[in-house]
Parts: sequence; C-alpha cells; structure tokens
Amino acid sequence: MLNQNLKLNTKLFDEDVEQIPIRRGFGEGLVLAADADKNVVGLCADLNESSQMYLFAKKYPLRFVQVGVAEQNLVTVASGMAAMGKIPFTSSYAMFSPGRNWEQIRTTIAYNDRPVKIIGSHAGVSVGSDGGTHQAIEDIALMRVLPNMIVLSPCDAIEAKKATIEAAKINKPVYIRLTREKTPLITTEETPFEIGKGEILFAPPMTAQVGIIATGALVHKAIIAAQNFSQKGISVKVLNISSVRPLDFEAIINLAKEAGAIVSVEEHQVVGGLGSAIAEVLVQNYPVPMELIGIHDKFGQSGTPAELIEYYGMGVSHIEKAVERVLNRKNDPTPSR
Amino acid sequence: MQQLTDEKKIWMEGKANEIRQSIIEMLVEAGSGHSAGPLGMADIFTALYFFILKHDPTNPMWEERDRLVLSNGHICPVYYATLAHAGYFPLNELKTLRKFGSRLQGHPHREYLKFLETSSGPLGAGLSQAVGMCLADRMDNGKYSPKQFYCLLSDGELDEGNTWEGVMLGAKEKLQNLTVIIDRNNIQIEGYTEDIMPLEPLRDKWESFNWHTQVIDGHNFEQIVGAIGEAQAVFDKPSVIMANTIPGKGVSFMERKYEWHGKPPTKEQGEEALKELRNNHA
Repeated sequence: MLNQNLKLNTKLFDEDVEQIPIRRGFGEGLVLAADADKNVVGLCADLNESSQMYLFAKKYPLRFVQVGVAEQNLVTVASGMAAMGKIPFTSSYAMFSPGRNWEQIRTTIAYNDRPVKIIGSHAGVSVGSDGGTHQAIEDIALMRVLPNMIVLSPCDAIEAKKATIEAAKINKPVYIRLTREKTPLITTEETPFEIGKGEILFAPPMTAQVGIIATGALVHKAIIAAQNFSQKGISVKVLNISSVRPLDFEAIINLAKEAGAIVSVEEHQVVGGLGSAIAEVLVQNYPVPMELIGIHDKFGQSGTPAELIEYYGMGVSHIEKAVERVLNRKNDPTPSR
Repeated sequence: MQQLTDEKKIWMEGKANEIRQSIIEMLVEAGSGHSAGPLGMADIFTALYFFILKHDPTNPMWEERDRLVLSNGHICPVYYATLAHAGYFPLNELKTLRKFGSRLQGHPHREYLKFLETSSGPLGAGLSQAVGMCLADRMDNGKYSPKQFYCLLSDGELDEGNTWEGVMLGAKEKLQNLTVIIDRNNIQIEGYTEDIMPLEPLRDKWESFNWHTQVIDGHNFEQIVGAIGEAQAVFDKPSVIMANTIPGKGVSFMERKYEWHGKPPTKEQGEEALKELRNNHA
C-alpha cells in the first residue's frame, strides 16, 4: 500500500530498515549543490561536524566561512554575501539559528528577499540527552510566519539531500529543518521531490477514513500507524508534507474531502507548526474534525529520543489513538468530550 | 582617489548645506522622523557621494560600484537627500518621506528602492552584512579587488552584540577593503551614550580588536577624505574611522541635544532652521 508511483523504500516496514540521520543528507546534498554551482558558499557557527557542513568545508575550504559561536553574525554575514551574488548556506542548531537570530533573519534575509539558506539541525526533542535548551520545537512557527521564506522539513536523509539541492537552485530564502537521530529511509534516490508539493506515501486501495498529514522524522511512525490500521481493515492515508511553506493546499484539501477527518503529526509545538498550518487551510476551505500530534505547551528535557517521543505523546500508539479519536468525532459529530 | 582641491572643498560645503536644507524640508513635511543624526552626517554623506565613492547614479546597479551599507537606517533622511542631490531620483520625491506608497520608507527598504544595498533600521546588523559583501568579493576577485566596502554605524548601535561579532570576523578575515565610519555624535535616543552605556575608551576597543583606527572631525572635508585615503592604504586590516560629529549640525537650536534624536521640527522650527542654513550658505 506504499504509493509505488513514488518509488519508495520497500524495506521501510522491516526491522532492519536502513537508518541515517536526516542531517547527513544535508551534508551530502550541500557538496552536490556546490559541485553544480560555484556561487554556493557555506557559513557555520562552530557546529560544522554536528550540522554535517564539514563535508562541504573539507572539499571547498575557500568557499567556507567559520564565524565562531555567533549566530547573529552567521546570518547577517550570509545576507551580505547573498547581496554579492553568492548562495550562502548557514548551519547551526535550530535552537540558535533561527532561534537566537530571528530578527536578523527577518530583516536582513526575509525582508531583503536574499537567497540565504538557513539550516537548523537538531530540531525536536529527539536531540535527546542534551535536554530542553537544545531542542528546538518552535522553529517551524518562527520561520513560516515570514513572508518570502520557504520552509522545508524533510522526512529522511535522501529527501534532505534533494531539499538541499533544490534550495540552492531557488532564488529565495529557505529554512531547512533537520534532526539529529538516525531515521529510517522512506524514500529512494528515484522518489520525486518538488518544493511546494505534498505526496501521499501510503494509500490503502479503498477510500480513506482518516488522513494523516505528517512532516519530518515522524513521517515513518505515521506510516507504521497507517499500516497497522490497514491490517484491521481501516483505511488511513499518509500525506508527507516536506514543504511547510509553500504548503500544498490542494493535497491537504483533497485528503480532507476524501477522508473527512485529519490527524497532523510533527515533532514541534502544535501551536504555530504544521498542525496549525493545516488547520488554517482547512478552516477556510473544508473544515473537518482534526487531531494534532506534537508537543502541547511544554519544553523538552533529557532522555533517550525514544523515551522523549513517547513521553511527549508522539509515538505510534499516540498517533493510533488520535486516529481513533478523530474517527469517532467524524462518525458522531455531537461534542461529547 | 583624486586630489581634494580648495575649490571642490568649498563646493562640497555648499552641497552639504543644500542637503541639510532638504533634510529639514523632508522632516517638516513628514511630521515624524530623526533630525539630529542626519544633519550631523551631511558632510560625510556629501564627501562619500560627491568625491569618494565609485558609483553611477544613471546606472545604480553598476556591478563595479563600491558598496555602502547604512547600518543605522534611522538617519535615512540624509541618505535619501544625498541620493536625490546626486541624481538617483528627483528632488521633489523627497517630500514623500514616510508617506503611504512612497519609495522612501521610514527606514530604508530595498523592496521599495531597489538600488539600496540593504534594508536597515534594526540596529547592529549592518557591519556583518558589509563584512559578508567584502568576503564574497574577495572569494571572486582576491584581496586586491578594486572594490571598496563602506559601512556607516551609529555610536549607539555599538551597544549591540551583533556589531562586535562583525568586528571580530572583519579582523579575523583581514578585510583591507572594508572601511567603517562611526558617527560619533555621543547621543542616542534616551540620552548621552556615556550615560546610557559607556563606549569609551572606544578607539582602544577597536584597536585591541585588530582594526586600523583613526579619529577625525566629521565636519572637516580634508580630514574625511584624508582618513579614507589612509584607510585604503592599510594592508591586511579593516579600518575604522571614528568621526566626531555634532548632532543637529548647522541648526543651532538642535545642536548637541539628544532630544532631537528622534523628532522632526515643526513648521515654524523648520522655517527658523532653513533661515539659519540659508544665511550660512550665503
């Protein structure tokens, strides 16, 4: 029931599915983007290794700028380089960029419409043991509110590689959200990727009863949940949104029309994130019952990624419960809760 | 740069006076905006746009132009007035400052005035952009690139951490084509800089960050031009010129008063200011 028009990874349900950190895809993609265009440059705030920019820096040392632990400088220097025709990629932890330097991004990049690419690694609570100070769960909200900004949230390392290459080609500011942990490969090199387009990854052959719309590293868990339902004869489709802005209104509205009930899934605050973005679309176009999986008004903490995903209610079982809740609400619209 | 003749110097003094008159007229018409900083920087802007910068008002996007980043965007009345006097757009457009639909936004926005190098207003972000421009140019054209990069800073925005991040990177990268001019007028919106957040010893600070430093009288054209010449001769270091200026320069009731940082003259005050400026010009 994987949508094999997309040539997805057929092993994604296996125990031993290949797992690669999403950030690794960025590191590899940046080298390819730099091979293709000599104007691609890289800037880092002392997190070259963590963000995987070191792959680029090693190959192109003269096109790399180390700014030190200074995220405000990181993006403002990049804005200046873009003004001279460069295509700058900046990398740090999402908590610090765009977390610390939001106003600089707003004024010197978004307001100026400069094609700077802001790479925020280590998003979400799956950062793990470093704790809540280092777990960005507000970054989608911060970036998707900015005019001119494109916001990408790839679901695996291969998609991150393609997102990086596409980001280099588009003459606009782009934010790419990356996570730290190893993540199962869902897509393959052959899977299409287009900024602004959502794709149905999982589709049982009958009409969907619930639609899950997911982004980032949790897309895999959404597919597992949908597969579990299909084994019980309940049809759940999964729409992957790797482009949070521009958002694929058509795909979201079509899924809502077909299923009549939606669950959003993201490793981010539900306020201002993908769930909010979907709700904004649906409430104006085709309102249906909706449940939001994500972090509900809390900060993160130390723990293993698996412990934290469970604690904050973003595991497969939580997605399944949300599907059941929204299905009940669809079937019995009188508010009983 | 060519030699500064007495004739050119006198001509620039007259031009700076005309720019000051334009600033007063714009601010009266706008009914809001900043007075002291723009008047204080009129001589430096005149020297830049009528003597120092390599630029072409008939071809604003000329690739070979020098780049100038105005970091403290709130002094844009002097920026706009100078650009108009230099021929970038008609003088009568200055009357649209801060009005709906105007290209002359309250703080500069390059979406509205396409040939601006950047948008600015929020303080502390300009120097890093100039550093980035200079770095990008060096990647393409090497350290002996003919392009010069200028960044204008206020003294108040030296309170901003972002400024010092740019200072450190500029020195690390030995950006010899980068010249910063600080409008050292000693005032910021709520008072005198040394009361709000002391900056002194300012020259020692920049010196210790490995910049070439100069202190000049920001109303003396010989010193302005001389300092730029010296800055361009410095090898392997960026340069900073601390220009001592008088906020409100040329309008005696505004001079040195921080209260005039962020407000415009009324119609009557504007007439008084214009009278004084015209008398000085004669």
